Amino acid sequence: MTINNINVIDIIKVMANAIAENKEYLTELDSAIGDADHGINMDRGMQAVLGKLPSVEDKDIGTVLKTVGMTLVSTVGGASGPLYGTAFMRAGQAAAGKMEIDEKDILAIFEAALQGIKERGKAVAGEKTMIDALEPALKSYRDAVDNNIGLAEALNRAVYAAKEGMEYTKNIIATKGRASYLGERSIGHQDPGATSSYLLLQAAARVVNSL
Amino acid sequence: MVGLVIVSHSRKLAEGLCELTNQLSQGKVKILPAGGMEDGSLGTDAMRIMDAIQQANSGDGVLVIADLGSAILSSDMAIEMLDEDKKNKVVIADAPFVEGGVAAAVEASLGSDLNKVKEAAEGAKELKKIF
Repeated sequence: MTINNINVIDIIKVMANAIAENKEYLTELDSAIGDADHGINMDRGMQAVLGKLPSVEDKDIGTVLKTVGMTLVSTVGGASGPLYGTAFMRAGQAAAGKMEIDEKDILAIFEAALQGIKERGKAVAGEKTMIDALEPALKSYRDAVDNNIGLAEALNRAVYAAKEGMEYTKNIIATKGRASYLGERSIGHQDPGATSSYLLLQAAARVVNSL
Repeated sequence: MVGLVIVSHSRKLAEGLCELTNQLSQGKVKILPAGGMEDGSLGTDAMRIMDAIQQANSGDGVLVIADLGSAILSSDMAIEMLDEDKKNKVVIADAPFVEGGVAAAVEASLGSDLNKVKEAAEGAKELKKIF
């Protein structure tokens, strides 16, 4: 199965809606262990992205993703700006010039995005961050692609793994970001970044499942 | 002469430290603020930081003094977005914001190179404030 540039734009729109719908929820999670701005910051960024989408409607997928990244970098404000910004910009490099992408292209895009987040945040799994949702999701997706499961089901499995990873962040002590000042008091709280990562993946899977 | 870029989540904080460091380096050093978001709200913006770095660089490089958290991530990203030949002349100091900024500005005003200015900023960690 392949998806084209228009499908990718739809995915970005559904991502923006998912963040808007969960703005209060993300901020609530962040008020427990962070600075209570994750929902507001992400929504501000994704709304700015929505404003930019018309200018890249007929462009290749690489340009679309790069534009999303550049916009997030200069509108989000918190650490998720450079983190998601890097993820989308690296994803854009992996999709440069393509008007259509298949399961394997999406694997390369996903890998580049996660690698970007790890490098930017100098973080690894197990530190109560978005990586705890994204890394298991990438692994599930890769396994599914290796077994020729099909794109929609592969993404569904990635979303499931992201959800488990997100829920697991409740049991971890934060060692990165503002939450790390709380030490073991961060246990019991779900990480807002892992949660927004799950929501973004879920949005992508929804669009692909509807095609 | 090495230039400085002061990165903070707060526009006022960045501008305030620029005011102070300008005074202490007698206006000899190019010191640019990159604080807050375009709309004035709290946060850091890699694009604004990149612009400030370009303005602060007169050929001898730029030291970035950042407050905390995403200020470091955004500064990293701003450096990564620079042209290849400019990247290696910009570094971020692992230094306290005010003391590091002041130490860097004074060192830069003496005409020291980027390494020495960075060392001066980072050395400010050890400064005793009360004797």
